[in-house]
Amino acid sequence: MSRSAIVAFWERYSPALVPVLAVFTALVVGALLIGLTGGDWQAAYIGLWQGSFGTPRALVDTIIRSTPYIICGLAVALAFKAGLFNIGAEGQLYAGALCAVVIGTTMQLPPIFHIPLGIIAGALGGAAWASIAGILKARTGAHEVINTIMLNYIALRLTDWLIKSRQPLLLGDPADTSGSRTPHIAETMRLPGVSLGNTNTLHLGILLAVILVFGVAWFFKRTTLGFELRMAGTNPNAARYAGISVPRSIILAMAFAGGLAGIAGAGEVMGVRYEVSTNFISGVGFDAIAVALLARGNPVGILFAGLLWGGLLTGARLMQVRAGLSIDVIKIIQALIIMFIAADQIVRFLYRIPQRKAGDETMVSKGWGGG
Amino acid sequence: MVSGLPATSRCPLCLYGKNSYLPKVTTVTQEGTERPVVLEARQITKRFPGVTANDQVSLRLHKGEVLALLGENGAGKSTLMNILYGLYSQDAGEILVDGQPFRAKSPHDAIARGIGMVHQHFQLVPVMSVVENVMLGNEITRWGFLSRRKVAEHILEISRRYGLPVEPYALVADLDVGAQQRVEIIKALYRNADILILDEPTAVLTPQEADDLVRVMRTLTAQGKALIFITHKLREVLEVADRIVVLRAGRVVGETTPREASEASLAAMMVGRSVLLRVEKAEAKPGATVLSVRDLQVRDDRRLMVVDGVSLEVHAGEILGIAGVQGNGQTELVQALTGLRASEAGSIEIAGNNVTSANPRQISELGVAHIPEDRQRDGIVTSYPLTENGVLELYYRPPFARGIVRNEGAIVQHAKQLVADFDVRTPSVHVEASSLSGGNQQKFIVAREFSRDLKLLIAAQPTRGIDVGSIEFIHQQIIKKRDEGVAVLLVSAELDEILALSDLIAVMYHGHIVATVRNGELTREQLGLLMAGGGE
Repeated sequence: MSRSAIVAFWERYSPALVPVLAVFTALVVGALLIGLTGGDWQAAYIGLWQGSFGTPRALVDTIIRSTPYIICGLAVALAFKAGLFNIGAEGQLYAGALCAVVIGTTMQLPPIFHIPLGIIAGALGGAAWASIAGILKARTGAHEVINTIMLNYIALRLTDWLIKSRQPLLLGDPADTSGSRTPHIAETMRLPGVSLGNTNTLHLGILLAVILVFGVAWFFKRTTLGFELRMAGTNPNAARYAGISVPRSIILAMAFAGGLAGIAGAGEVMGVRYEVSTNFISGVGFDAIAVALLARGNPVGILFAGLLWGGLLTGARLMQVRAGLSIDVIKIIQALIIMFIAADQIVRFLYRIPQRKAGDETMVSKGWGGG
Repeated sequence: MVSGLPATSRCPLCLYGKNSYLPKVTTVTQEGTERPVVLEARQITKRFPGVTANDQVSLRLHKGEVLALLGENGAGKSTLMNILYGLYSQDAGEILVDGQPFRAKSPHDAIARGIGMVHQHFQLVPVMSVVENVMLGNEITRWGFLSRRKVAEHILEISRRYGLPVEPYALVADLDVGAQQRVEIIKALYRNADILILDEPTAVLTPQEADDLVRVMRTLTAQGKALIFITHKLREVLEVADRIVVLRAGRVVGETTPREASEASLAAMMVGRSVLLRVEKAEAKPGATVLSVRDLQVRDDRRLMVVDGVSLEVHAGEILGIAGVQGNGQTELVQALTGLRASEAGSIEIAGNNVTSANPRQISELGVAHIPEDRQRDGIVTSYPLTENGVLELYYRPPFARGIVRNEGAIVQHAKQLVADFDVRTPSVHVEASSLSGGNQQKFIVAREFSRDLKLLIAAQPTRGIDVGSIEFIHQQIIKKRDEGVAVLLVSAELDEILALSDLIAVMYHGHIVATVRNGELTREQLGLLMAGGGE
């Protein structure tokens, strides 16, 4: 490789260096933690590997588990590129899931129409929910962090009520005596998938996630609207100077982000659970913030970060069995990864990585400025 | 190097030995008596990644003199002063204060050693009184309580001694800019500074306030203080300095005195080639009215009426210059004209279209270009490459976009064209705008604005903070646009710029246009008086 090729290679891939080393460092610290408390860290990590990526069955489980993290991670990253900190992926995911359930339980259509309709319904549900925060921000300046958090609570409680209410009966399943879930969606809206040998069914959701990853990357790099949203986020003054309506950009960015999270919710309903229950996949919208952070907002990075996140969670069970450890160890390792990403000075110091350029701040530390 | 030789004798001779404008080095004052050297920098070198900001810079400062440090942006003036003041540490070379080696590790060290600095941007707490600002970090206490009275007495004593009138118990926020600057100077003197560094002190002052400052500087030197005066205004240097040291690209390229130098010779030293200080321009040939403003009223962010009944007209092929000290409503006027701020009352017409409540894009599409006064805030996105900055307003139009898809090829081509046309110094069009110097950023913005089909050019502080060479170029381009029939509204706080370019001059004071005259009808001094409110 010539010198300039090395430089080009470095400039292209060095941003990934810190996240990768942060994960490595977190695993080392995790091993120390397990070792020092008398556990067998080798057995634990072998279990973690085998339970997440080591076997076809584990890999399929990891992919299924990762899909909503990837799509919700995109929802956080998209808003962030537009200068907004979307804490509300959780609520938007619920809104999307509920809309998909309504479409799935009230109509019968050929799959070729029913499946796209379900996904569109999820996207619209999430977009509508996120737009509330977007409109409040654009029209009144109310900070989106506060409003998306509050909308999360509202979405969660609304879901509970819609499912549990018997008088009147809303979205609950009349046949279900516990009153904790909706009816199952029609067969025609379930995502098709493949089963390789003894694995679980790998539904089409991951394909959708990959398409969305590259779609979001393309949107920001190649489209005029992506440029507008980016500029409104990076320098609102310059955006106004360039004739861009910043309030419009804020509302659109929130709607797009919510739409993505809504698709994640619809995907879970259509590919995995076929219903929404009171203990639906809670926490995905929050962990998605960590996934986006780990990937530094890079869409392709989110694909890998989401797989890692899903892998850690999927592998935790076998780790627990093999090494007799609490499943909480995984949560500790995840927290350590995020700490090392946020305080990347530590990682840079440990591995002697040169200072980043000014303006290349870590994602979160930037988002809280003034909005 | 043999000690005792004038420290700067090497560089000019070896680098520019043939240039006749370089005078002999003198460390002797005009009366011929040797004054003690209070500060000496010897062979100071400071490198930053990719650039040598100071390259073996040597200079001497004598008791009771004003040493002017002259140089373009990026010449290394600020780096050198930051080393003296303890904000940076040099890679090589040494500093001597009163003949003793001295290395400041922080501004605190520098202050303790008698070095004070008045920054361009004041370091004052607006909600505190003068006394509190002066004592901050150096409080006198009695039994744990602040003793404001003693400090106030001390301030009044300094104030009398050096001719710095100030009210000790006034809030800094209530003081005008000139008085705030006096507080900064008092702050340094209160800490017993014998060496004062003044960083572009006149940039924010009216001509009258600047004259006051010159008087203060003379009083200070008469009482034995030594001053380093950083500026890029040639006239002031000639007026106030005892000696002048010129930096270019991190090196000392010359040392001279006002008696031996002229504005032209100093500009040539700064830039490294001869510079046209006067812009050559033909008589204007005004055409139809392009911009017509009637009784415009605009409020600022605090809801104060800062543009109050402004009416003006700009014709095709004519430059109207708005003179005025910063903060008299010019900023808001320009924002209203470009659609960035809603107006309260009145009307704005551009080329026959009523645009009083139009948005920035509608106005831009009428053929209006805007060179914004704060280029990094409004004019570019510093973290984006030049390619994207080159189409900041045009990104959505063909050939830069087809439908919603941006056309990378055309965007790159356009940026290359802008860089070539305006001689923007950059390694490539793919680098971030932040990696360019201020002058090159500004040239790029001007190039972008001029690349469109123009009817009206609104140029706000088009050459603020950029080097003489770029100023010359941008001025020529503005004249060229005028001669092509573009109407130009020029807003500048630099009276020299207004005088150099304008056909008509409107003086703005407290939100009003207090006078509109042909260029040449009033003298510089008369205009200065109007800018300071003397016409009311």
